[in-house]
Amino acid sequence: MTATETKTEMEEFEPNIIGFLCNWCSYAGADLAGTSRIQYPPNIKIIKVMCSGRVNPMYVVNALQQGADGVLIGGCHPGDCHYQHGNLLARRRMAILKNLLEFIGIDSRRVRMTWVSAAEGRKFAEVIKEVTEEIKKIGPMKDIQRVNEW
Amino acid sequence: MKIGVYVCECGINISATVNVPEVVERIKTLPNVESSRYSKYICSDSGQELIRKDIRELNLDRVVVASCSPRMHEPTFRGVVEEEGMNPYCLEMVNIREHVSWVHSDKERATEKAIKLISGAVARAQFLEPLERKEVSVIPKSLVIGGGIAGIQAALEIAIDGFQVYLVDRNPSIGGRMAQLDKTFPTLDCSACILAPKMVDAARHPNIELLTYSEIEKVDGYIGNFKVTVKKKPRYVDIEKCVGCGLCAEACRLKGRVLNEFDENLSKRSAIYIPFPQAVPFVYTIDPERCNMLKFGKCGDELLCVGACEQNAINFDQKEELVELDVGTIVVATGFDNFDPSSELKYGYKENASVITGMEFERIVNAAGPTEGHLEINGKEPENVVFIQCVGSRDKEGHEYCSRVCCMYTAKQAHMVRDKYPDSKIAVYFTDVRAFGKGFEEFYNRVKDEDVEYRRRELDDPIQVVGNEGGVIVKAEGHPDIHADLVVLATGLVPRKDNKELARKLNISLSADGFLLEAHPKLRPLDTFTDGIFIAGCCQSPKDIPDTVAQASGAAVRAAAPLAQGKAQVEAITATINDDLCSGCRICEKLCAYSALEFSSDDKIMKINDVLCKGCGSCAAACPTGAIKMKHYSNKQVLAQIGGILAK
Ligand SMILES: Cc1cc2nc3c(=O)[nH]c(=O)nc-3n(C[C@H](O)[C@H](O)[C@H](O)COP(=O)(O)OP(=O)(O)OC[C@H]3O[C@@H](n4cnc5c(N)ncnc54)[C@H](O)[C@@H]3O)c2cc1C
Ligand code: FES
Repeated sequence: MTATETKTEMEEFEPNIIGFLCNWCSYAGADLAGTSRIQYPPNIKIIKVMCSGRVNPMYVVNALQQGADGVLIGGCHPGDCHYQHGNLLARRRMAILKNLLEFIGIDSRRVRMTWVSAAEGRKFAEVIKEVTEEIKKIGPMKDIQRVNEW
Repeated sequence: MKIGVYVCECGINISATVNVPEVVERIKTLPNVESSRYSKYICSDSGQELIRKDIRELNLDRVVVASCSPRMHEPTFRGVVEEEGMNPYCLEMVNIREHVSWVHSDKERATEKAIKLISGAVARAQFLEPLERKEVSVIPKSLVIGGGIAGIQAALEIAIDGFQVYLVDRNPSIGGRMAQLDKTFPTLDCSACILAPKMVDAARHPNIELLTYSEIEKVDGYIGNFKVTVKKKPRYVDIEKCVGCGLCAEACRLKGRVLNEFDENLSKRSAIYIPFPQAVPFVYTIDPERCNMLKFGKCGDELLCVGACEQNAINFDQKEELVELDVGTIVVATGFDNFDPSSELKYGYKENASVITGMEFERIVNAAGPTEGHLEINGKEPENVVFIQCVGSRDKEGHEYCSRVCCMYTAKQAHMVRDKYPDSKIAVYFTDVRAFGKGFEEFYNRVKDEDVEYRRRELDDPIQVVGNEGGVIVKAEGHPDIHADLVVLATGLVPRKDNKELARKLNISLSADGFLLEAHPKLRPLDTFTDGIFIAGCCQSPKDIPDTVAQASGAAVRAAAPLAQGKAQVEAITATINDDLCSGCRICEKLCAYSALEFSSDDKIMKINDVLCKGCGSCAAACPTGAIKMKHYSNKQVLAQIGGILAK
């Protein structure tokens, strides 16, 4: 494969991204991006959950196994969670999960946690642009492999 | 399992970007899909009938609707399936408008995305389970937070409906900003004359209990059963004994030395005070920030106020008091703050005594105000008056919105100057005159005809107010300079500075501009996302008095409905525990913000109280054995949705 071929292949790669958004802030923020007609790449597919604290790390792993190249978890800003602190629990869980992902050979940048409020339609669109760009750079999700380095 | 899928074109809102017929064809091929159809407007009568007919004739088990956000029409479609005897939780919605057609322009990719999202919903739908909505009884009382015109109106309406209302205001008196206004546009009614009788009505109404000088500490519970802790600040005056005679204020050692906030700090009062002559309740309050006794523990060698009070009403031992209120619904009517123009140096506010804000003008022209209604600036009557509009509003770097009342209050104020000083010269710097309300344009035309010069400028054009002997010079690009002895800044309305804190206590949201967020900008403008909590007046967005009153009456109707019904439905989405799987590790116990999970020492497993559970699912995400199942968001349902979306 020549260098140019690799480049075109990378350019054509359109990642699949799953977004878990909490009902009260981030999902509403995504709705606001819609009502404000702010454009962003269609790679993201949103799944609504009541709170980011509902996102079992297993869901993230499962999404990666099923063919997602990246996963975004969106919650309310710290202090604003509709259920007081579900977002902080989510943040902690995702931090631990990222360590695990690195350990089993998955680039942990594929998983990202973000805060988007119901008023932040613009921010939501920005985050989606960023995440899509980042996952494009990292490339498609491959089968899990890890070379031990001692 | 038979699933019916209904895709909405939403006029051209969806169909312009998503190839709806193709979506419907592709979805038909999915397992369990019995029927897949589309309609121009699924939410319309004929669209709804399409679903109803299929449920009846095809015996559908589940319905998937792909249209706008579930936050818009989920209740509508839940109602539709319910009419045909299907459990409302067997409906699944897919958001292909806000999350697809409105945010993407590539038709092919948008169509592909819509198909994937609907595939996810179809996969999830197979595992949806019928749920029972819990019904709770409603405490037949309401709480109104904020006693401005909005809060007063809302409280009166609910009281007239026959329910008890607590009206809480943090100030010593109800009345809010309207009490500070002199006249009101466009009819020029005297503000106090139309407000004061309403204040009295509120105080007298047997169903209304006023809690003034009080703040909301904490709000717990849910629709029908809110538990609210209110902090009553000590007035150091017994409101049962005080008759409002004012002898104490006359006697106060600090008489005439304490800035009077009601007069926008343009006059001075005593440390014991009544905010304004029509205050309700008509009782005195001691300012803890200024009173010598409260600050230093002594005041000269005797307490002059105590000596003057014939009722023995003054009590320096009063303590802050916490009261618990149980209410079924809440109306928030906390109003607005005035924009402070000191940060905008170009206007020379604070540097020049000749430059004042719109609210300061209201106080100065008021007969009960600091100058008894004489417009005196630097000790003389103004001959040259300039109004500058849009100060602090329509600013892309600051408050981007239009404050909606400044155009008209400026016209009103210009008229009042003309009325008092027929020979004065009056100019208004404006960008667009927004005279949108009933009678507004007529009023504006009338003011223009009263020899008021309207000078147009662009919002970004330079304008500068510079000090000059005996006044100021207003320099605006494209116009000759004006030597003015009075400049009135039409300062905008901004969100209360503690809105964030209040929103957190109530578990409601703010919009991007910092005002309180309504559940839907068009269809649910008085509701919040928290059931049982409603909003009215300027806390939601800047507005004039007629709009504020209309909104308050509406919010009162919304808040009274559950009280009248006596019961309300609460979310069916809660956690459940599988006793066989629970190992009693108690990890979930500490995660629950509502103490809904309790360890049973008999069974050595966790038990759930599903009235306390709010359904966030934090416990289920942490349960190591998978014993906790979230209704409507079970592992099976979520994993099926992931699989459905990602299926090749
Ligand atoms: C200079 C100026 C001139 C105007 N002129 C006109 C006019 O001529 N005609 C017209 O129609 N409109 C006019 N308006 C607009 C008018 O003032 C508003 O429409 C009206 O006051 C809104 O009432 P409200 O009850 O929503 O808010 P507010 O009047 O702000 O009342 C809110 C109340 O809530 C209380 N509160 C706030 N926070 C809390 C809390 N956390 N806990 C407890 N209590 C709380 C406050 O103490 C206050 O009493 C003018 C506005 C300005 C600034
Ligand atoms: S509700 Fe948004 S993160 Fe908890």
